[in-house]
Amino acid sequence: MPDLGAYAGAVLSAYAVTLVLLGGLILLTWRRSARIKAALAKIEARND
Amino acid sequence: MSIWKYANPSEFMRISRPALVPLTVLTVICLGTGLIWGFFFTPDDYKQGSTVKIIYIHVPSALMAINAWLMMLVTSLIWFIRRHHVSALAARAAAPIGAAMTLIALFTGAIWGQPMWGTYWEWDPRLTSFMILFVFYLGYMALWEAIEDPDKAADLTAILCMVGSVFALLSRYAVLFWSQGLHQGASLSLDKEENVSDVFYQPLLFSIAGFVLLFVLLVLIRTRTEIRARRLSALMQREMADA
Repeated sequence: MPDLGAYAGAVLSAYAVTLVLLGGLILLTWRRSARIKAALAKIEARND
Repeated sequence: MSIWKYANPSEFMRISRPALVPLTVLTVICLGTGLIWGFFFTPDDYKQGSTVKIIYIHVPSALMAINAWLMMLVTSLIWFIRRHHVSALAARAAAPIGAAMTLIALFTGAIWGQPMWGTYWEWDPRLTSFMILFVFYLGYMALWEAIEDPDKAADLTAILCMVGSVFALLSRYAVLFWSQGLHQGASLSLDKEENVSDVFYQPLLFSIAGFVLLFVLLVLIRTRTEIRARRLSALMQREMADA
């Protein structure tokens, strides 16, 4: 861990906010994709 | 061969699928390299101290916040002119990513601003136009959700996107229009001989490449999901009509 000195709180919180927002975006994208994919596969199987 | 054949939903699904894995690998490599190099292996700035490390997330996210909206503008215009559904769905898919990028840029800018400017927020032209851009993102997403007819929703959101483009461009060029703002000039510019010092510049380029690739990857995945969601909705309506 680098020595961030007096600004450690600012730097770490900036990275934390970014990682949380990007992680949340990726998670929501992946979850919706999986949910729609499964629902479509189910209805297509029913219609075959 | 016409590029418009890729606007066909099944053709788009076929072409985009093999791109997902290599794009994911490249994104992880670039983003990982940029952030790890920038955070752990760059020195402090003589003026900004360790807060200079925020540049590796603030600059790329601000860049993507503006460019995501410009990408939405292009796809909205394509929808308006050629009525290709994939382009309207790509614009819809990009909006939450652009909103997240704008939020990251606003948060990291405020966090950096407190120790450097002595304030989290100032009604400076660039900061204010960025805040308005974020509100446009929220309005754009709300409009898509509020209108049931997808073609009508695509038309109205495309108009909103064209109006919002003024603020996207303003966010980029506000520093040049108004000299009284608190925000400094662009950290990177193609027409400058030297941007930031090389020791910060190289990891920053990796980080920017990582953010761009992440945006492209997420837009592809989300557009594919939107295409599937539209097919799902059509099949459900057909089942209900048959019942």
